[in-house]
Amino acid sequence: MFITKVKRILRAGFISFWRNSFVSLASILIMTVTLSVIGLLVFGSAVLNTSLSVLRDKVDINVYFVTGAGEKDILSLRGAIEALPEVKNVEYVSRDESLAIFRTRHEGDQLTLQALDELGGNPLGAVLNIKAKETSQYESIAKFLEGKNALSNGGSQIIDKVNYYQNKTAIDKLSAIISSSRSLGLGIILFFSLISIVITFNTIRLVIYNSREEISVMRLVGASTRYIRGPFVVSGVMYGIVAGFLTLIIFYPLLLWLGPKLSDFFSGFSLLSYYGHHFIEIFLIIMGTGVILGAVSSYLAVRRYLKV
Amino acid sequence: MIYFDDVSKEYPTSGVVLEGITLGIEPKEFVSIVGPSGAGKTTILKLLLTEERPTTGQVLFESIDVNSLRNEEVNRYRRRIGMVFQDFRLIPDKTAYENIAFAMEAAGRGDEEIAADVPHVLDLVDLGNKMWNFPHELSGGEKQRVAIARAIINQPDIIIADEPTGNLDPVNTNDVIQILKKVNDLGTTVILTTHNKGVVDILKRRVITLDQGRIVRDDRKGTYTV
Repeated sequence: MFITKVKRILRAGFISFWRNSFVSLASILIMTVTLSVIGLLVFGSAVLNTSLSVLRDKVDINVYFVTGAGEKDILSLRGAIEALPEVKNVEYVSRDESLAIFRTRHEGDQLTLQALDELGGNPLGAVLNIKAKETSQYESIAKFLEGKNALSNGGSQIIDKVNYYQNKTAIDKLSAIISSSRSLGLGIILFFSLISIVITFNTIRLVIYNSREEISVMRLVGASTRYIRGPFVVSGVMYGIVAGFLTLIIFYPLLLWLGPKLSDFFSGFSLLSYYGHHFIEIFLIIMGTGVILGAVSSYLAVRRYLKV
Repeated sequence: MIYFDDVSKEYPTSGVVLEGITLGIEPKEFVSIVGPSGAGKTTILKLLLTEERPTTGQVLFESIDVNSLRNEEVNRYRRRIGMVFQDFRLIPDKTAYENIAFAMEAAGRGDEEIAADVPHVLDLVDLGNKMWNFPHELSGGEKQRVAIARAIINQPDIIIADEPTGNLDPVNTNDVIQILKKVNDLGTTVILTTHNKGVVDILKRRVITLDQGRIVRDDRKGTYTV
């Protein structure tokens, strides 16, 4: 009997969805808008995270060594720094490489190159470029380096300069921006999602308001709460599923058109490629939201008219 | 079978609608409740259906206070009552067949039973050829016959008909009353509210007259005198 009841509820929900096609269409369209907003916010969140990662990646600490510092000591220091939990990676640039980079950077500046040639030899020391996992962690790495500068090569310090303190203000500001952007981004996502959900809920409530007399008749005929509510919830789920498919279909041409335009702005991040690689997750989020939204909205809306 | 024990009903906005109603209805009776508009006829039916609760007094069905029933018990109780309304109250997006089948599904009947009984009862009310029509495709009289078919399909103990002929022409009115009489002859208690004098006088059954919320007359073989 239970299976028969479930079959009947599913059939009644489907038939109601089909027969009230105009009303169903209105609900589906509103829900598609809601799911599109949620989808755009998922993409927005991905773009934000990628952009912030790129920005974060541009920040590093440079440790300049004196010209007399031995490679063995430098590499030993590198090992010690890499062992720190907050360090992401450490790049070693030798004296020769530093000189080559300097020459390339000043290629068009003959005066500087001439001055360099007149100096003779290589006036530049080796460099360690240190990247931290989080921008807030550079301070502790800089302090560690201060402590390590006590290490000497036969009594003399090997570190010439650490450029953290010069860039501290910029790094601190960037840390603050990243932290605020994350919070703000999340807040915006939640706010717009909530508004969209409320709009969808009210639309479905209006749809069910139309059926209030039908619901009262069902009550008077002696149908149980579950039997009355079931088909409406089934219809709500169907709105969610159809709206979900429509949303996913709409996104493809939208991202095809929008993707290249945003790619340059967001450091080469490809929206279309992100959509392709994360399709399963996006599908689950959109469909899941649609189904839950449709079901819960219908469930709550019918409750109001069941009190006969 | 049914007993109203000193029942009164008062609404906050409209005041006292029923006052001191005490009446009993036996099984297999055909009772007409008559009175002018606002006399309280529909309110009595609503109290019996537990659509409303009495302000004072009790409404008893087989000695049980209907307002003490909970959820599923209320649903089971309502399945023992068939209802016919002036405005038909058919479900608009279901066909005649589906409207009647819904009542059987609500009562937990099986698919084979439904497939057998629904066409049979539609034939009984002479609508065998309109099984798959929607309510908006039926005339007033046809809609009311579907409503009666829905009311009787689960072989209820009582049929309640609230102004069933209010929207019908004389021919359809007569058809509907004849069907209700037939149903009563087969053993179902019928409670009818009406202000159609012709209907009441033809029936020559028990007539309860209401005026301003009170019972003013209760004749076993009454006529319409308001």
